[in-house]
This record gives sequence, C-alpha cells and structure tokens, in this order.
Amino acid sequence: MATLYALFVDPFAQMWDNPEFLLEVVIGGLLSGVLYSLVALGYVLIYKASGVFNFAQGTMVLFAALTFSGCIDLHVPIWLSFIIVIAVMVVLAFGIERVVLRPLVNQEQIILFMATIGITYFLRGLGQIVWGGNVRTLDIGLPKAPMIIGGVLVNAFDLVSAAAAGSLVAILAVFFQKTAVGRALRAVADDHQAAQAVGIPLKTIWVIVWTTAGIVALVAGILWGTNLGVQFSIELVALKALPVLILGGFTSVPGAIVGGLIVGAGEKVAEVFWGPALGGAIEDWFAYMLALAFLLVRPQGLFGERIIERV
Amino acid sequence: MLYREAGQFKTSYVADQAIFPILQDRIFVALILAVAFVGIPVLAISAGAEAYWLGTIMVPLLAYALAAIGLNILTGYAGQVSLGTGGFMAVGAFAAYKLATAFPWLNVVLVFLLAGLVTAAVGIMFGFPSLRIKGFYLTVATLASQFFLIWLFNKVPWFTNYAPSGVINAPPRAVFSDIFVTGSEARPLAKYYFVLVIVTVLALAAKNLVRGRVGRAWMAIRDMDIAAEIIGIRPLQTKLLAFAVSSFYCGIAGALWAHVYTSSVEALAFDIDTSFTVLFMIIIGGLGSILGSFLGAAFITLLPLFLENVPPKLGLAISVNLVTNIQQIIFGALIVFFLIAEPRGLARLWQIGKEKLRLWPFPH
Repeated sequence: MATLYALFVDPFAQMWDNPEFLLEVVIGGLLSGVLYSLVALGYVLIYKASGVFNFAQGTMVLFAALTFSGCIDLHVPIWLSFIIVIAVMVVLAFGIERVVLRPLVNQEQIILFMATIGITYFLRGLGQIVWGGNVRTLDIGLPKAPMIIGGVLVNAFDLVSAAAAGSLVAILAVFFQKTAVGRALRAVADDHQAAQAVGIPLKTIWVIVWTTAGIVALVAGILWGTNLGVQFSIELVALKALPVLILGGFTSVPGAIVGGLIVGAGEKVAEVFWGPALGGAIEDWFAYMLALAFLLVRPQGLFGERIIERV
Repeated sequence: MLYREAGQFKTSYVADQAIFPILQDRIFVALILAVAFVGIPVLAISAGAEAYWLGTIMVPLLAYALAAIGLNILTGYAGQVSLGTGGFMAVGAFAAYKLATAFPWLNVVLVFLLAGLVTAAVGIMFGFPSLRIKGFYLTVATLASQFFLIWLFNKVPWFTNYAPSGVINAPPRAVFSDIFVTGSEARPLAKYYFVLVIVTVLALAAKNLVRGRVGRAWMAIRDMDIAAEIIGIRPLQTKLLAFAVSSFYCGIAGALWAHVYTSSVEALAFDIDTSFTVLFMIIIGGLGSILGSFLGAAFITLLPLFLENVPPKLGLAISVNLVTNIQQIIFGALIVFFLIAEPRGLARLWQIGKEKLRLWPFPH
C-alpha cells in the first residue's frame, strides 16, 4: 500500500501543492533537453542524408570538445580554436567518407552502423592519446549564475545554451531550405539514386553532412563541456540522445528537438517526483522506457516517416 | 586434395543429415576437442601457469564465447540487433546467486540451468517490443533493458542478499562430492573443465538448433519478416523464441562469468561495454555462425593480451594508459577493416580457406 501510495498518489499531491516547484523542474528539464536535442540533431542529419545510424556522434561530441578545450589550454584565442576544431571536423569527415563510407557503399544498414561503432572506438582512443584522459574544465566566459525570472529559478547558462541551440537550428533550417547545397542535401535524403541521376555528387554531399554533424557536435560539446567538464561521461550523456531519436523519429529534425524537450522534461519530473519512491537514479533508464512505451504505440516515432513494408 | 567430399557417399538419411557430414570435418572437430580437453590443460600445467592460463584466460574466453553464441542466435540468425547482452548476463549472474544461496543443496549445474531459464523469461519480456519495433528502433529499445536491469540490481538490495557493498560473492559449490567449481577453493583446472563441458554441450545444442526447423525460421525472419510470415512462419513465436534462447545462453554465460571466473562481481561489471564487447565478437567472428562466435571471442580476449605482452618483449616501453588507448584505436580500426574486407567475419575466412584446401595443390 505504502509503495502504491508513493508511486501513484504522493507525486501528484506534491505537484498540486507546489506548482511553482513543478514549473521550475519542468523548465530545468526542458533546458537540459535542449542539449539532448543538439546531440540528437547530429544523428538525424547523418541518418537523413546517408542512411547511416552514426553511433559515433556521441564520441564526435567528446572529440570536438576535447580538441576545443585542448586548443584553449594552449592559449589559442577562442575564435581561432573554433575555426581549428571545425577544420579538424572537416578533415575527419573527409577521412570517414574516404576510408569507411566509400568502401562500404551499398552494404546493409546494420554493417554501416557497426562500422560507426568502430569509428567510436577509434576516436575515443585517438582523443585520449592526443589530449590525455584527464577531466578538463572548459570556461569560455558563458554566464553560470542562477537567476530568477517571474518567480522561477532559472540557470543563466541553460538559457544561453537554449539560445545557442535555437540559433543553430535556425541556421540549419535556412541552410537546408534556402541554399543550393541544402536543396541537394534534401534531394539525397529523399532518394539517393534519383539525386545521383540529376547530377548531385553523393560523395561531396556526404562530406558536407558529416562536417555539419561535426559542427553540431562541437556546439553540443562546448555546452556540455562547460556544464560538466570535458570528460568521458559526455559520451554516456550522448547515449541519452538515442531515446530522443527514436521518440522523435530518425528522419525528422523537428522530431529531434521536440523529442529532446520531452525526454529532458520527463526525465527531470520523474527523477524529482518518482525517484525517491523507486530508490533514485532512475534518470539512467527512464528516457529509454519512455521511448519504448511510446514506440509500442507509434513504431516510427513522433515525426518519423511512416514505415511501409512490401515483400 | 586434402579436404573434399568426393567419394564420401551417404547411404542413409542419418548420415546425410549428420552435423559434420564430411570425414575431414569430423577429424577437425575431434582435434579441436582434444586440444581443448587435453592439450591446453597439459600445456598449462607443465608450464606451471595453471591459474593464469586456465583461470584467467581460458575461463573468461569460454564464458564470452557462450555469450557470443547467445547474441549470435538473436542477431546473426534471427536478425534482431540487441545491445542488451550485458543486462541479460547480469540477470544470469544474479539469478544464479539467488538460487545458489536460497537452495544450498541444489547442484551447481542445475543452478546455472535454472538461472538460464530465469534469464530466458526476462528475455521474452524484453523481446515483446520486437514484434512492433524493428531495425534501429529496436536496437535502441534494447538499450532500455541494459540500463534498466543494471539499475535494478544496483538499487534493490534483495538481489545481493542485502550486501552493503552491492557485490555478490559466489558461494562455494561442487559439481560432485568435493570437486568445487565456484568459490575460492575451486582449482583452476576444475573450473576450466566445468566451463568447457557446459560450453561444448551448449554449443552443440546451438549448432543443431540453427540447422533445424527453428533455425531456418529464424533466418527467414531475419532475411525478410513479412515474406517469412507469408510462407507460414509465425513471427510472434519465432522472435520470442529467439529472444528466449539467446537470453538463456547469455544468462548462463553471465552466471559462469560471475561465479566461476571472477567469484565476486557487482552489477556494474555488466555495463554497456560488455554488450558492445560481445557484439564485436560476433561481428569479427561472423554473424550467423557458431564457429564464428568462438573465433570472435578468442580474438577479442586474446588481442589485449597480445598488445600488452608483445611490445615490451620487442623492447618498446609503453605505458599502461597508452596501451589501453592504442587497443581502442586498433579495435576500432579492425572492426572497420573487417567490415570492409569481409563483412561476414573470421568464420567466412575459414570457409574460404576450406574452399582453397579443396583445390590445393591445383589452381583450378
């Protein structure tokens, strides 16, 4: 009885009693969900354009953040480090396209997925050899002080990261909708063969997509790194982007954003209100269970393309 | 010349359906078994390194091979990519612990089998979504089992018999009257034989399973589930059976790992990295191959030993940290290399070798 009460009555009673607190938790969750969205966005970009479920996205976030903080530690100015890391990501994209994707063209998706797990291990080892395995702090002058807006306690850093994520999404949307390259990207995403038939160079498109994903990874890495320090747990946090992904649908950019917000808010609310009854740390698996339950109802995710199967 | 079917006529259905229809294959399997049952122990004992060779290398290798067979059944044969292997291994380990401590009179073999059955039940539970969710969506969904199960064993003290540290210590149990295979008194030799017998029996069972009706149904589902459904294979039963059998193997592998190999283990030992390790084993060994599971397990367990031991012998001083990082790079590069060179893994290379032997020494 006591357990049932703690599970089904008490959390709602708490929410009813203290709506400001609930609002605070939800806003905190939404803002941290933005960071999940950013990582998930990287997955979606690559999946849309090349049909590859890029497991290495999490490690790319870590790798970008490590390189960035490494440059900062060498007293390189911030803007220059930013450019250096982008250059590194471009090189990485070229390398991956040449060494991994090109020989594996026309292979099954599962093979490509496993290849990206290989890339994950490679980057993880490389990052540690070059930059060492220590936790690095990353401070590029983003505000961190908590502040009160309309009676609700909000972290200034969360607002900055939400703004950064928002503008990144806006830039990407313009890039996808208004530029020639963006049109080519969408064409490739729709149909590889048709895109090739009208003369869109697939290889170049892949490099561009992986570079874009690398830049998204860099932004995510800077934000996570400022928040948690640049360390390997970032990779685990990136695993949290996977439920976001299946919740929103693999092929949908808005899905990644909305999914991230749902997971972020749901996770925080669950942890704060149901966590004590279940022994705490339910954040570890809550997102996955949420996504799983959701998929049972809608197997293609919120905004995913309808799965049509033919013999 | 050496390896060919020519001249080996089968005169009965039994001979035709034998698991190893060719004499050369039978000789080869007998040789492998002889090496495993006699060669390795004799070598290890004569080298005076019984504990290291048998206890530290062979026992975990075999346990991993068993887990790899389990995952291979699910992923290689039934086509359901799972990242929950670590979670299922943990279920096996903790189920065996609870059973062994709750029923001290139960023989350890029975304990492990029951632990496998418990894991199979859990596997079925987590297999249910596979009917509706497919492909990568399912892969990600299996992560739910991984994280949830590990969290469960960490948070609920009942599973560890209220041990404050959250660590389970394998109670000493004997197969026969005083031949202990778990606990601190167990000799490495006894452990090795115990694990070897279990793995051999289960591997044979798996081999027979996958070449029979059930295995064919799994492969049909893997290749195209809608088409399989149309030719009369029930997706519900087939997929759930794959999850059950796979988890059974993974559960026993986890129990062997926790009770025979390490003797004391916490839930975190079966984290997501375990799942990935086993996945690599079957990729490198070969998807859809029982032999490949062994080859992959041997490769992945022996590669770190090789990297640790060889550079110092060559006079290269490499720090431990660097070695682990280089290992990761080599792992990653090897996986990509294997996928490009031979997406069907070491088992496929072995097949190609056999084809070559068939013609040798002639070019055509």
